[in-house]
Amino acid sequence: MTRAGFRPAPVLLALLYFLAILLAFAFMVLPVVAIFVHVSPGTLVHQLSNPIVTDALVVTAKTTAIAQAAVLVLGTPTAYWLATHRFPGRSLAVTMVELPIVLPPAVAGVGLLVAFGRFGLLGSTFNALGIDVSFNQAAVVLAVALVAGPFYVRSAIAAFEAVDANLVSASRTLGAGPVRTFFRVTLPLASGGLGAGQAIALARGLGEFGATIMFAGSLQGKTQTLPLAVYYSFELVNGLDISLAISALLVIISIAILLSVKLVTAWRPSRTATVAVAGRSDLEPALD
Amino acid sequence: MPSLHAEIGLPLRTFRLDVELEVEGTVALVGPSGAGKTSVLRAVTGLVKPQSGRIGLDGEVWFDAERRVFRRPDERRVGLVFQEYALFPHMTVRQNVAYGGRGRADEFLERFRISHLANARPTELSGGERQRVALARALARDPGVLLLDEPLSALDAHTKVAVRGELQELLREFGLPTLLVTHDYEDAASLADQVGVIVDGRLRQLASPRDMVARPADGFVASFTGANLLRGVARRRGHLTAIALESGDEVYSADLAEGPVGVVVYPWEVLVGHARPHDSAMNVVEGEIRSLVHVGNRVRIKIGELTAEVTEDSVGKLGLSVGSRAVASFKATGTRLVSSSSRS
Repeated sequence: MTRAGFRPAPVLLALLYFLAILLAFAFMVLPVVAIFVHVSPGTLVHQLSNPIVTDALVVTAKTTAIAQAAVLVLGTPTAYWLATHRFPGRSLAVTMVELPIVLPPAVAGVGLLVAFGRFGLLGSTFNALGIDVSFNQAAVVLAVALVAGPFYVRSAIAAFEAVDANLVSASRTLGAGPVRTFFRVTLPLASGGLGAGQAIALARGLGEFGATIMFAGSLQGKTQTLPLAVYYSFELVNGLDISLAISALLVIISIAILLSVKLVTAWRPSRTATVAVAGRSDLEPALD
Repeated sequence: MPSLHAEIGLPLRTFRLDVELEVEGTVALVGPSGAGKTSVLRAVTGLVKPQSGRIGLDGEVWFDAERRVFRRPDERRVGLVFQEYALFPHMTVRQNVAYGGRGRADEFLERFRISHLANARPTELSGGERQRVALARALARDPGVLLLDEPLSALDAHTKVAVRGELQELLREFGLPTLLVTHDYEDAASLADQVGVIVDGRLRQLASPRDMVARPADGFVASFTGANLLRGVARRRGHLTAIALESGDEVYSADLAEGPVGVVVYPWEVLVGHARPHDSAMNVVEGEIRSLVHVGNRVRIKIGELTAEVTEDSVGKLGLSVGSRAVASFKATGTRLVSSSSRS
């Protein structure tokens, strides 16, 4: 106990407490604000028509669409299987799927290079089939899918696990086979979580840099995505304005994705059909 | 009426479920939580696969361990009503009912008097309404057997009595073989033609509610049906059996037995008064009134270890209250003697 009437420690602590919060906010918000205030909005909009920007936008839109579709098509069955099956080595399988989340992207890029590149593990096989996946858009798609996909799969596993098993059982006893049950019950109930996962994967994929530059390079109009263009323009004479224009665009897209995730998660349909009703008396006799 | 045959052998966590049942009319399985009741339902629906046995409805074989027959749940004509109803939360009431019986939804909504709720979501419904939707959904599927998992446990006491009445009517109306599971003997006795008491995966007794009360197979069944179970040691004395109770009292029974026994007395066989009855043939237990619980127009009185059931009028006339002393008496012929261990 401190003496009554004079307690400097709590006042000082409170000051430090609010100062820490203030600093944290300033630190996180300032860089974003700076992008928009460094040059005039007119310059930003003007720079968006620069060929570097438009080329990067086209490359990014195309590769992102294909990569996200691939993540959805391959990731959904994988997540469903991991969520509904218990088998020895399951946690190892989940860890393997999650590994790219923590892996440095440059390492993922090198891995892709020695696996699918011209001189990689499957290089000669791909060559024989006439497939070439280094330093082209296919390589960008692979890099984005590898780095962003695990975010979707992880979220999808959680979404499928959260579906009440009784609802699935109910569907089966009502005459629906496994396929109809999946599309009419499991998928709609998991859709909120799947949507949120896809949005996170989309955001991560749009920012992909390390793996892409290692595996696909940075060729304008071919493999140069928006983040790569930010770096590339930065090195040009007077290129900072272009970098800032692309950055501003990416900030706006990121905010839109974040908001849509929050909306989707808030709207998610309730999972349980009923709320446990009180009044279930415990009349069961003791078992000795 | 068709009948369901189920012979199920299934290892559960701490014991093995071993049950053989012939369901004609309504059969209720009662027993404590974790006795394996719900596992029986899940095995009949095909949601779990037993290790051994056979399950079939009339001529249809749904499961036969020896012949390696196993039909998936969607290939069995079962209507299962889940304990918490398991209504699809992303669908309306009509969509729920139509799920298993397309084209019959409106007919069943009408039949269950829930047409006005057709476009509501399950979360907007009361407990009783939810149950009607769950029943309509299960029956719209046109099942050959109806399975009910704790049909009344999710309801509050007030709703329960009304819903129990509706359910009785419904079971009669549809005339399907029905297997229901409950932990409440009263629910079982009021809904079913036959009651099976299941403990640790085994059927202790399968009988009509009346026979079960008249001749409980053992102490557990007796106490489950609401009877008093007093433990003691029996010794023959003339035409009767004298039982020295653990409480120190001595009572007589018309049943014959020797050694450690359980004395079964139903609460409605017990009379309550202030003085010992003059009739020396009566068994008497004297003690303090521990509780008075009103059940409908009757009152359950706990005197020492014994529960008696009397009318509200007699409680008033005798001026009985918690803490006062009272004398409970019952006839020797109003008792049943069962083996003393309650679990085996």
